[in-house]
Amino acid sequence: MTARTLFTAALLTVLAGPALAQNAPAPAATSGSVVALPSSQAAQAPAESDEGFTFTVTDERPWQDLSIAIPAFATNRDEPTPANAQGTAALGVELGRVIYSDLMNNGLFRPVGPDSLPRPSYAQITAPAWGTWSGRSAEMLVHGYVRAGGNDQLTVGCYLYDVQLQQELVREGWVVSPAEWRRAAHKCADLIYSRLSGESPFFDSKIAYIAETGPKDRRIKRLAIMDSDGANHRFITNGQATALTPRYSPDYSKIAYVSYVNGYARIYVYDIGSGRQTLVTESQNPTFAPRWSPDGRTILYSMAVAGNTDIYRISASGGGTPQRLTDAPGIDVGGSYSPDGSQIVFESDRSGNQQIYVMNADGSGQRRISFFGGRAATPEWSPRGDQIAFTHIVGDLRIAVITPDGRNLRYLTDSWQDEAPTWSPNGRIVQFFRTARNSGETSIWQVDLTGRNERRLPTPVGASDPAWGPVLP
Amino acid sequence: MKRIAIVLAATSVLALGACKKQAPESLPPPPQSSAEPAPSTPGPSAPQGVVPGTQAHFAQQMQGRDTIYFDTDKFNIDAEDQAALAQQAAYLQQYPNIRATVEGHCDERGTREYNLALGERRANAAKNYLISLGVAANRLTTVSYGKERPIALGSNEQAWARNRRAVTIVMN
Repeated sequence: MTARTLFTAALLTVLAGPALAQNAPAPAATSGSVVALPSSQAAQAPAESDEGFTFTVTDERPWQDLSIAIPAFATNRDEPTPANAQGTAALGVELGRVIYSDLMNNGLFRPVGPDSLPRPSYAQITAPAWGTWSGRSAEMLVHGYVRAGGNDQLTVGCYLYDVQLQQELVREGWVVSPAEWRRAAHKCADLIYSRLSGESPFFDSKIAYIAETGPKDRRIKRLAIMDSDGANHRFITNGQATALTPRYSPDYSKIAYVSYVNGYARIYVYDIGSGRQTLVTESQNPTFAPRWSPDGRTILYSMAVAGNTDIYRISASGGGTPQRLTDAPGIDVGGSYSPDGSQIVFESDRSGNQQIYVMNADGSGQRRISFFGGRAATPEWSPRGDQIAFTHIVGDLRIAVITPDGRNLRYLTDSWQDEAPTWSPNGRIVQFFRTARNSGETSIWQVDLTGRNERRLPTPVGASDPAWGPVLP
Repeated sequence: MKRIAIVLAATSVLALGACKKQAPESLPPPPQSSAEPAPSTPGPSAPQGVVPGTQAHFAQQMQGRDTIYFDTDKFNIDAEDQAALAQQAAYLQQYPNIRATVEGHCDERGTREYNLALGERRANAAKNYLISLGVAANRLTTVSYGKERPIALGSNEQAWARNRRAVTIVMN
């Protein structure tokens, strides 16, 4: 594991470990220095924990089988906090529950949560009661604490221990606003997952999607967002105009989506901070299938002119002249950038039916990559670059993956109608939406790249067109 | 017994489908007595309340021929479509002050964005044929709803065939 940088204005990494034992009785000694605390101390935490053995030395079994105890997070002093009406002690239980749910719902490890475990004291966070945990056959132990500091901020520390070796494997700490307390739990789940699996994190991320209500012929479609675990759900549009196919900008400040607000399909860019939205381009023609480049500077869109659809790109900052990338007769639509932004995978029916093509980001070098029968639609490049997920249509619609050279076709789902894959930020999970036969009811599902752990995401109403954003900045 | 039940179910679906009116997407304006530029209707008797040159009147006069249908993934205008579009064109010629929009639709068995593009293609195919019959291009607009607005609600071949359509709507 290499040390990752997690510093942002919203969420500061601080080192809480060594300070913890000293500060245990003295409340909030560091509270005023939340912003100042970080860099020198933070840098030393990963260095310490990376010393010595790696996990693979300690256990040969697949990491998925590890039993992990996640008791409630401790607090130095039970204080009121806007994050929990019952104070920081109750919030500590909630933090443990969120981490437990993150791991449990994604089929990761064998977690045991705070509701069935003894509660460690504040002092034990850095000095675990090993006997308690080895007696419960826990192989891994998660400890953490939450402190209410000054300026209404919360400090959350997260520690991962190997119980058998009685060793700390990794720790990190974060300062969050009370409204974002769940992010600290997701960061902790990400820390555990990354340390034990060797994969990149993904829990601390969000999903934009379309909420669906009403009967099939009068379906109301609203733009909505939620955290990766379904929490903090929020409707953004009121449903008066049909909304389709949202995509988060990479920095989560905007959402590009299609709206019929003026009677015709047009792409709007909705600014989450201001609530305002602007047309991506002024046009008399329908625009749809918006996509962001990985650096957020460019938006791809598809536009139909006299029935012929092509892919264009335009500066995301507004203004500028659109550049047309495809000119084949027929429908060229969608598009998904390779992680380095150099290539675009897209869909075209220039051969007679929908197939997958790759081109350079300037539109040059267009070539077909799907040659396995059926129709192939909605390609999405994995954030890791090694796979392309798409919808394979042979009667039914199924989610499948191929390598970027069009080989190694593998199905991830087998249902009546699954479409529109979107990748988890680490490229290990594919989300999509499923349509029920006859009723047309939709729901968001996800499945591991291995094809395992298929599950439905909890959403308040019907749900389609999921778009998973990157790990939060 | 089981077979009978199935047959009954199928019939009722068909019956439902058959008697389901192909409702216009936009409601006709309330009837009002503004002086219509339209000539006195030559056609046999519009029932009372239906004003010539309105969507309600158009839909009534077309008797289903306000809509043309397509095969899977196709957007070509066949002989039956041509006959329907000829009637639409005649109506539009008869009321030269009205405009029309052609809505393109798809069945549910395709991906959303492709269907938006395909619906646009179908609407344009119908529009272009109307233009070829002499309707001024600036009187016609198109809109694609992809698979967003099915008119037949089942998930079967008959329903899908009814949903792959282009519908002409008169705008006043």
